[in-house]
Amino acid sequence: MTASLRPDLAAIAEMIPYGARILDVGCGDGALLEHLTASKNVDGRGLELSQQNVNACVARGLAVVQGDADTDLGEYPSAAFDVAILSQTIQATRAPRDVLGHLLRIGRRTVISLPNFGHWRLRLALLASGRMPRTQALGYAWYDTPNIHLCTISDFVTLATDAGASIERALALDERGLTRAMRADAWGPNLFAEGAIFLLRGT
Amino acid sequence: MAETGNPRFLRPVTAADADVGQAITFGADMPLQLDCGKTLSPLTVAYMTYGKLNAARSNTVLICHALTLDQFVASAHPVTGKLGWWDTMVGPGKPIDTNRFFVVCANVVGGCMGTTGPAEVNPATGRPYGLDFPLVTVRDMVRAQAMLLDALGIAKVLCVTGGSMGGMQVLQWAADYPERVVSAIPIACAARHSAQNIAFHEVGRQAIMADPDWKGGTYQLHGTQPAKGLAVARMAAHITYLSEAALQRKFGRSLQDREQVSFGFGPDFQIESYLHHQGVTFVDRFDANSYLYITRAMDYFDLAAEHNGKLAAAFLGSKTRFLIISFTSDWLFPTSENKRIAHALNASAATVSFVEIQTDRGHDAFLLDEPEMFATVRGFLNSVAAKVGA
Repeated sequence: MTASLRPDLAAIAEMIPYGARILDVGCGDGALLEHLTASKNVDGRGLELSQQNVNACVARGLAVVQGDADTDLGEYPSAAFDVAILSQTIQATRAPRDVLGHLLRIGRRTVISLPNFGHWRLRLALLASGRMPRTQALGYAWYDTPNIHLCTISDFVTLATDAGASIERALALDERGLTRAMRADAWGPNLFAEGAIFLLRGT
Repeated sequence: MAETGNPRFLRPVTAADADVGQAITFGADMPLQLDCGKTLSPLTVAYMTYGKLNAARSNTVLICHALTLDQFVASAHPVTGKLGWWDTMVGPGKPIDTNRFFVVCANVVGGCMGTTGPAEVNPATGRPYGLDFPLVTVRDMVRAQAMLLDALGIAKVLCVTGGSMGGMQVLQWAADYPERVVSAIPIACAARHSAQNIAFHEVGRQAIMADPDWKGGTYQLHGTQPAKGLAVARMAAHITYLSEAALQRKFGRSLQDREQVSFGFGPDFQIESYLHHQGVTFVDRFDANSYLYITRAMDYFDLAAEHNGKLAAAFLGSKTRFLIISFTSDWLFPTSENKRIAHALNASAATVSFVEIQTDRGHDAFLLDEPEMFATVRGFLNSVAAKVGA
């Protein structure tokens, strides 16, 4: 299954130290958790909204709690995990700033990946058609999208800074999910990257 | 049949005992120490087993039963003749697969299906205990089960599981004997009994004690039974096991064997007739004093209180793997109470999974055909068994 891990998840996995205690928020069917358990011997926990996904995780032998990042993160003790992971989920939370704050509190490090609404194709689509853009990565109409808090890479960097986080690493994601290092405050990735992965540390 | 670790616990199963399955009696040298400060001796524990204990003694699944259930998990009930209460969950090829696992379930102390309870004869007086029976707690129930497992030569269980009061016992097991519990599945339960739940229990107890045939708990000596009181207690409790939506779906305002209301107090509505049936059939298989004692045990349950009010402290350092299951329409042990356990386990760094299952069937859902629950339990047990090679 290592081979089939999504490239963006593989990039996240690469940031996780061996034997770490991790919390994967919005862990889906547990692919990343299972990969990290097998390859890095992590002590992994998950939080996931969907019943089906939680069942899949439990059947895989993973420790996953059914719950909502918006309401349940407050229950986790501070500094309980070496790394808290939030993969492609922050744009779907009701209160991204609160969620980020909790992640920075719960994890000594936080890894966050997000889609970039500042990509040039989205900018162009909005400019040309005057309608909310739909792309392969964000393929919803404005009225039924779960992505209620989309942001650009620059927006997120501002939020992370406001939340008192220091950015230890930043990776730009291309359309195939491949990554390369970027400068978080550069204009280039904000225009050309499909998404980004940040390794953050709370203060 | 299990091998017994120590033959001095053995008592020959007599004809009178035969219908309660197997039983072990602990003599005067092995009294049960109770939370109330008293001891209980002799103590008989009646139990059932299904499947075979493997050579490594590593495949035991201990099932803890709820308030009015008993050890007949997966075989016909000796009084009612009905299928075992968890026949959908336990059996060959079922989620708790008796082809692989050795299943043990014991009647709780204070119960009325063979384990020592208020209906049994007090050897000190030669008469039934009645209200002379000491108050027992969930912890006492678990202590008695631990004595049974000792006697059966089972040091460690692969899993301990149960719903409702059974789930309370599961939590108590995990808190008191963490080294003996590889995994735990508390279902539809809470780490403490809520004020509302205590209130419902008190209604039931008052109904029993208000029945003139209860006679201060000495009804056995008078050849009577507080059947009316016990039936009312059961009716009130039964409502709490269902949900408004399920009652509406099953009964609505449908009338019972009549075209229109009778302008009287007979059972006009199907729901009334259903509840009467629940009450009447219950008294045939349950002892009224047992009902008082076991409801009280649940009322007293507050796991955090044993740990300075910190639930997380009950599980600190635990290596047990937990799976917590709740049901969306359960208002007796709602998801919020179950989640509280999950959060406490998270806070104590224990390994915990939690699922909430969508159903309109209320608290009783844990006894019913809930495919999501079966799939979750099966997957969890398989992964735990694979990890320890059971």
